[in-house]
This record gives sequence, structure tokens and C-alpha cells, in this order.
Amino acid sequence: MTQLQNTYARPRPQLAFTRVCALTEIPDQLGVCALVGGQQVAVFRLGAQVYALGNRDPFTGANVISRGLTGSYGERLKVVSPLLKHGFDLETGLSLDKPEVALPTYPVRLEGGDVWIGLPD
Amino acid sequence: MPPIPPIALPADPTCPPRRVVVIGNGMVGHRFVESLTPSAFAVTVISEEPRLAYDRVHLSAHFDEPRPDLALATEAGYAALGVKVVYGRAEHVDREAKTVTVRGQTETTLEYDALVFASGSSPFVPPVPGKNAPGCFVYRTLEDLEAIRAGALKSRVGVVIGGGLLGLEAAGALRKLGLETHVVEFAAQLMPAQLDEGGGAVLRGIIEELGIGVHTAKATSEITVEGGQVTGLAFSDGTHLAADLVVFSAGIRPRDDLARACGLATGERGGIVIDDGCATSDPAVYAVGECALHAGRIYGLVAPGYQMARVLAARLSGEDSSFTGADLSTKLKLLGVEVASFGDAKGATPGSRALSLTDNVRGTYKKLTLSEDGTTVLGGLLVGDSSAYGDLLDLTLSQTVLTVPPETLIVPLLPGVAAAPANALICSCEGVRASTLIDAVQGGVCDVAGLKKCTLAGTGCGGCVPQLHDLLGAELLRLGKAVDRSLCEHFVHSRQELFDLIRVHGHQTWNAVLAAHGTGQGCEVCKPAVGSILASLYNEYILKPAHAPLQDTNDAYLANIQKNGTYSVMPRVAGGEITPGKLIVLGEVARKYDLYCKITGGQRIDLLGARLEQLPAIWRELVEAGFESGHAYGKSLRTVKSCVGDTWCRYGVQDSTSLAIQLELRYRGLRSPHKLKGGVSGCTRECAETRGKDFGVIATEQGWNLYVSGNGGVTPKHAVLLAEGLDTATLIKYLDRFLMYYVRTAGRLERTSTWLEKLPGGLDYLRGVIIDDALGLCTELEAAMQRHIGTYQDEWATTLADPDKLARFRSFVNADTPDPDIVFVEEREQRRPAYEHELPLLAMAGTD
Ligand SMILES: Cc1cc2nc3c(=O)[nH]c(=O)nc-3n(C[C@H](O)[C@H](O)[C@H](O)COP(=O)(O)OP(=O)(O)OC[C@H]3O[C@@H](n4cnc5c(N)ncnc54)[C@H](O)[C@@H]3O)c2cc1C
Repeated sequence: MTQLQNTYARPRPQLAFTRVCALTEIPDQLGVCALVGGQQVAVFRLGAQVYALGNRDPFTGANVISRGLTGSYGERLKVVSPLLKHGFDLETGLSLDKPEVALPTYPVRLEGGDVWIGLPD
Repeated sequence: MPPIPPIALPADPTCPPRRVVVIGNGMVGHRFVESLTPSAFAVTVISEEPRLAYDRVHLSAHFDEPRPDLALATEAGYAALGVKVVYGRAEHVDREAKTVTVRGQTETTLEYDALVFASGSSPFVPPVPGKNAPGCFVYRTLEDLEAIRAGALKSRVGVVIGGGLLGLEAAGALRKLGLETHVVEFAAQLMPAQLDEGGGAVLRGIIEELGIGVHTAKATSEITVEGGQVTGLAFSDGTHLAADLVVFSAGIRPRDDLARACGLATGERGGIVIDDGCATSDPAVYAVGECALHAGRIYGLVAPGYQMARVLAARLSGEDSSFTGADLSTKLKLLGVEVASFGDAKGATPGSRALSLTDNVRGTYKKLTLSEDGTTVLGGLLVGDSSAYGDLLDLTLSQTVLTVPPETLIVPLLPGVAAAPANALICSCEGVRASTLIDAVQGGVCDVAGLKKCTLAGTGCGGCVPQLHDLLGAELLRLGKAVDRSLCEHFVHSRQELFDLIRVHGHQTWNAVLAAHGTGQGCEVCKPAVGSILASLYNEYILKPAHAPLQDTNDAYLANIQKNGTYSVMPRVAGGEITPGKLIVLGEVARKYDLYCKITGGQRIDLLGARLEQLPAIWRELVEAGFESGHAYGKSLRTVKSCVGDTWCRYGVQDSTSLAIQLELRYRGLRSPHKLKGGVSGCTRECAETRGKDFGVIATEQGWNLYVSGNGGVTPKHAVLLAEGLDTATLIKYLDRFLMYYVRTAGRLERTSTWLEKLPGGLDYLRGVIIDDALGLCTELEAAMQRHIGTYQDEWATTLADPDKLARFRSFVNADTPDPDIVFVEEREQRRPAYEHELPLLAMAGTD
């Protein structure tokens, strides 16, 4: 699991943070897609919490995760791909259908009402 | 005759498939075709009747209202199996040349490797004078029934000659057609083939109570005719019975004439002689069903025919399988009276003893034939109450030594007595026992449809379906699986319960619903379900901030997502009618944005390949040209398909196009548990294929016929007749009620067909609710529809007017570039998404 949890997901000493949008640009419970250093990042907002994962659906190869529905399973949060309804844990990116599949996750910072996504420098 | 060894299939896969020709497409012929592995054979079916196989066992249901669809086979189904159909009568077989000649509209000669007779039987008409006079009928095919229906219009008194199973069935039909009805039987009692005197007497009592005249021990000597029309029956004892309609039901004769003519062995009293492998005296020719004579016996029931069909299909595939005779036990419901006979029903076994119970209070007769020592059941009869049939048949077939006094087997059960034993036979057509069904439930099957599919129980005569329901419920309960209807982990309610809760409490938002009735944060199941319920109830703009997070991606972007993340655009083309000007607009928009064009089955035009950020611009052009959302993306009304009707068509009897447009515009935007489709045909030729829709309207000279709950897709289903001869206002009233009732009560993602199937009480109940207002709901349902119509808005027009909403239509929140991973290639002069295997090549081409 640690192997698959993309290296970007672990906070590292040298992370470059990019501002992607204002928090208010993401409607509650929904997502948007941001281009960060050439990567497509799906950014979701649930209340005041923001989560960032890879936008590419590994099951179909399409860049659509940001258009998925969010919700919960048990105590945890998830996002469901709009194409074939595969679920992913919002925090870890792990697939709920196939344990060996995961979305990359990205660190998020909220500053002055803006959303910043971190990528290794 | 020496048994003929099975013919093994040639092992060589390059060998061309064997040509199998089947004469007759009745119940057994059809079952045989279905049982063959289609790829291994080239099958041709010869059908003398103008339609493919139908359920003859339930033929009398043709007089029910609504008229059920009895079809067992369809042309499309056969086409899918690669089965060819030739309509006409097989008239000549050349066994030397291995050919069959068929006379239909043209003459066709078919070559065969294997020939199968499935020609069934024909009604026996005793050679009495007057038998061919107008007013005389037989009871075997749908055409016969139509002729009887027409004849009944001109008649007052009907007589059935023959008091057997089919005769009583026919008598029930005449009574249903409103005739004064009589049954004439040559023997001294009714159903002489199955019942003994005691059973016959009780049956007679019940039938006379229904107002049907029973005349036993009467030999008909002549059908009296006057002025070319039947006037009655003259009997050999000199008496006369007045009647203007006569149905012969005096037994059946196997249709073996063609087999006889080509020199196959046939029985003295008819029937094509077959061995245990269903082969005739010619090893390349076979016979199955009612035309076959096996071990001196003809089987006039469908279950043994089905067994033969399976045996033959297995044999032709090189498997070992034999037909060694069948049990003739039957359970029937005649004129509402249950009648069953099993094993040695009449006590023919030497030394056997009888035990019987005549209950003139309940109107039942039960009899057991017991072995000489009284310890085993050899057979029996049940009249008036056949609930013990399964158990008793089982005791008979298994020869179980009784552990209880035999009389306890036929006294009425006290309520609450233990259920059927595990080895009880539940479905006698398919030979399925309770234990098999229980295993299936334990293996995870949780509905009757599933049980039918995996055990075949209930797929024959259907008589055991109520038992399947009971058994399933009991077993699920026992397993503690008590039918879980909760929507998902966040709501313990079914969709219907949630709908009522939301309606009664007046909740307007997801947050209110979740707070009051749910847990957690919702999910992809309950969020869209609640979103749909709120939309059905209040019809607010679905992208309002409170509703937007509930929408599935299609609704969220008012377009249908495709596999590469692009969308399709499909504006409404109500009723499929479009002006040249609008057609040109669609073409121009498609050309401008390079969209792939396809004509849909719902009579509109799909423009595919639009990127998220292109949707608003495309729609702006469409809305300006007068188009509106087609809701192709919603679980909502899609289209109402139509033909050109009497406006253009020389056969049309009403203006189907105008009605289709009116209905589509009336119900547009109605959010429902699943997608909804409609259709209107201008005449019974049904060019709009409306019976494959959730609601279908067919024009007749007498008004509109309304069919409901059909669909195509995974499990095609024909819509059933809800009401006929309606004027437009009544039609719309019923449709309003039907749709709203469905929207309120159906399960999540339940199409109208499954919904109706599960509706307790079925179609009769639905008509009670919709037509007779049995629940007192109609005013409310109509008002709800009126509210929907009054609050309709074009979602795309609303979206285009709202800059906040338009902001969602971007591929990236922080860049105005399109998604670079969407790659198209050209095929047949249009764009399509690149397949994965094409991507590396495209990338290489790009770097050159
Ligand atoms: C009113 C009624 C009620 C019944 N109720 C029951 C019941 O409750 N339970 C039960 O078990 N059985 C019942 N039966 C009997 C049951 O329907 C038959 O056993 C069954 O249909 C036999 O199937 P089959 O395919 O052998 O013959 P059929 O269904 O008669 O089919 C034979 C077909 O072959 C066609 N054909 C014949 N010769 C040619 C030719 N030369 N060329 C082309 N086509 C040809 C015929 O037109 C016909 O369509 C009932 C029958 C009737 C009429």
C-alpha cells in the first residue's frame, strides 16, 4: 500500500505549492480539476475540508475523477468515478474495488481563502 | 424396434454445421430449438401458423382483458440464435434426398441432415352430419379463438361437445364471452379420463353451480342446421339441445399424416413411432411432442413434450440422454376449480385400496389409491382443493412408506402446520423440488425472477409461481436475510418509503432529508435517488446549489458522459418531427464543433464528442435556434416515438405524430426512478414500436389503446393493455395517473416493467388504482402532474443565463486549455475517440 500511495502523497521537505483557486470556487461536496505542473489534480471540498487526488480514472483511463459524486462509506469519505462508478478513498486514494489500485494524492494548504496544492519541487 | 445409438457430432470443427429442419413451431418445437446449441447447427423452423410459438396451455387467457401476450418465440429472438423461419406447411418429405418441401406463399425445398417432426396434434371432430356448418368451431389455435369470439357476437347459446379437460376449458371461454353455456359428454361423468365417479360428481356440482349446463351420457348424432346456420344438437336418445354455436373438443389426433405419407412407422391409432432417443424408424428423422408415439403412448401434455425436446437436443449434441416415459400427473385449474390427478388415480392396481373424502360443505373431493397393505400412496385425485398435490405426488413417486395414518393426508390442514418437506415437488413441468429452490436461495438468489432463471421452476405452466413466492419469502426469513429493501448504508428506507417521508415531511433539500432520516454523508446511490425524488416532487432547477452535489455526472453537466470523458448533446425533437431549418442547424453545429452524428432509436440526433468546456457554446447556438434540452441525460422522460399516422400514411387511423408531440411536451423533464420512454402508433401495424415502451399508445378506429410497462434493453418486455378505445382526454388522464403513481411507488432504478411485475395484485390492481380510483389517489396524482407541467423549465436555458453555473463547465479551474488527453481519430469521415491501442501510434506520429 505504501508503495502504491504515490510518492507525492508523502509530505516531503521540498514541496512547491501552487495556488489553484479560491475555496469558494469549489461548491460544497463537489470537485474541480486543476492543472498543477502539468498534472491533472481533482480537488474536492467537503465543508471546510479540501482533498486532492489524481484526476485520471485508472479503470477507464479518462480524466474524470473531479466530476464524481462524493460521500461516505462507514466512517470514511469517498469519491465515485462518474464512468463506471468505482469508488476511491478521498484521503488515501485507495480503490474500494481493487486494493492494488490507487489514485495519487496531493497535499493541500488553505491560505486566506485560497486553495494551494503541493508538488515536489 | 432396436434402439438406435446416438449420433455423435463430427469432431472436426471445420465441418459445416448440421442442418436441422423442424416441422412445426408449437410449444415443443420451440423448446427444442431453444435447447439446441445454436452455433453447432443450422436450424430452420417451418411454421404453419402465421406466428411463431405461443403458450397454448394458456390459450384461454386470450379472452382475458387485457389480452396477455402469449408469445414464446419472437422473430428477433430466432434471428439472434441464427434460426431461420419458413412460414407455410411442410407438404412433402423425400427421405432419400433428405429434403422437405414447404408450401407457403411460394414453394421452398429445404435440405436436412436431421429432420424433426414437432407437428403436434389437431382436434378430433366426430363425423356427425352438420359438423362443418357455420357456427361450428374447434379450440386449438389463436385463430380458432378469434373465430369463436366473432361467432359469439352473433350467438346466444354455446355448446361444447366433450367434457374432458379441454372441453371444460372451452366452456369457461364461452361463458366468459357471455354465452349461455352447455357441456355435452358421451361418458357418464365429466373428465372421464382423469376422474372417478366420485370426483366427477363433485366437479359436476361445482360446474353446474357456475350456471353451466352439464349433459352426460349423451351421444351426439347430428348437428342440426337451418338456413345454413347451426340450430342445435340432436342426441341418439332422441332429445335435442338448442344452440347457435358449437365447439368440438372431443379429443386430439396426432398430426402424423406427412410422416405416414413418407413411409415412417406410425401407430395404429395415430402417432409417429419413436424410440427412447426420439428417433423414428428413419435414423435421420425424429419426432417430439404431441405427434410422437412412445412405447404405445401419446402424451397430450406439455411437460412430457418438453422432456422429449431436451432429450433430442442433447442427443443431437452427442450427449447421452433418454426419454423413458413420463408421469401423467396433472394439476389444473378449470373454470376456477382446482383438479389434480396423479399416479394410479383410479385404483387400477390389483389389490389396491381406496380412501376418499367427499366434503359437500367445501365442495371438495379427495381420494387416495393405497397399496394393499395401506402403507404407500399409489396415486389419487383431488377436486376443489389441490393444495396437497405436490406432497402427495411426491409420496407417490418416491413410494415412501407412510409414517402417519393415510387419512391425515387428505383432511384439510390446520393453519400453521409445517411447510412442505424439502423434497416436495414444486414445479412439475420442469421437475424442480423444494430442496433445489432452497439451495438456490441459500446460494444468494433473492427474487422469483432469479429462481426462475437458475432452476427453471415456474417457466412451464407457471402454476407454481405463487409457491415460489412463498417459498422464497419463507427461506429468506429463515436465513435472517429478511428481504433488505434499504437504499444503501445511509438510509434504511426503500425508495418508495423515502419518497413518502420526503413528501409528507415536506423536506426540500438533501441536508434536511439526511438530517431527518439518514446517517453519514450519503453516496452515489442515495444522493441521486434523493435528488430525483426532490425533482419529482418540486421540479426545481437541478443545478441549484442545494441540489447540484446530488446529481450524477450526466445530470450535473446536462449531457451524457462518454467513455473518454467527453459528452454527447441531444436536444429534444418531440415526436421525432423536425423542420428542415432545425435539421440544418444541427448539422451546422455538428460541423462547427466537429461532433460525431448518430441517429438514435428514439428518433433524435445525437451529437457526440463535445468537451466539457464546449457544452455551453454548443447549447447557446442550439437554444437560440429554438432547441431545448432533450433530457437524454436524466432518469426522466426521454422521447415519445411516433409514426406519421393518418396525416400521411394510407393505413393510419389517427394522428399519432400530434399526440406524440403533445405527450412528449407534457411529460418532458419529469424525473422518475428510471428513464421513461413512450410511443404512439397511428394504427395496429405499430410502426412506432410502442409496446416496447414504458407507455405505448396505439390508434384504433374506436379510439386510443393504452399499453403500459414495456421496455427494450436487457430484459425486453412487451407493454400490456391498460385500457382501450380511449378519447384523447381520458388517455391523458390515465397516463398522468400512471406515470405519477409509478414515480411515487417504484424502487430505485426500477423500470415500469419490473415495477408492475412486483406490484402486488399486478395489472388488475394497477387498473383499480388508475381507472377505478380504488385508492382514492387519482385527484392527487393528477394534481402532482399538473404541478410538474406548470413548473417545467428548459434546464439548458436556465444554465446559460447563470454565470455561476457556467463556471462549472471548464476542464480546469485554473487554466483555459482543453484536456490534452482526449484524442480523436477519423473513421468514415467523422471523429471518434481513439482506442487505447491506437494511442502509441498517434503519439509517434505527433513527434515527427
Ligand atoms: C386450450 C388448451 C389448453 C391446454 N392446457 C394444457 C395444460 O393445462 N397442461 C398441459 O400440460 N397441456 C395443456 N394443453 C396441451 C398443450 O398445449 C400441448 O401438449 C402442447 O402444445 C404440445 O406441443 P407441440 O409442440 O407438440 O404441439 P403444438 O403446440 O400443437 O404445435 C404444433 C405446431 O406444428 C404446426 N404444424 C403441424 N403440422 C405442420 C406442417 N406440416 N408444417 C408446418 N407446421 C405444422 C402446427 O400448426 C402447430 O403450430 C392444452 C392445449 C389446449 C389447446
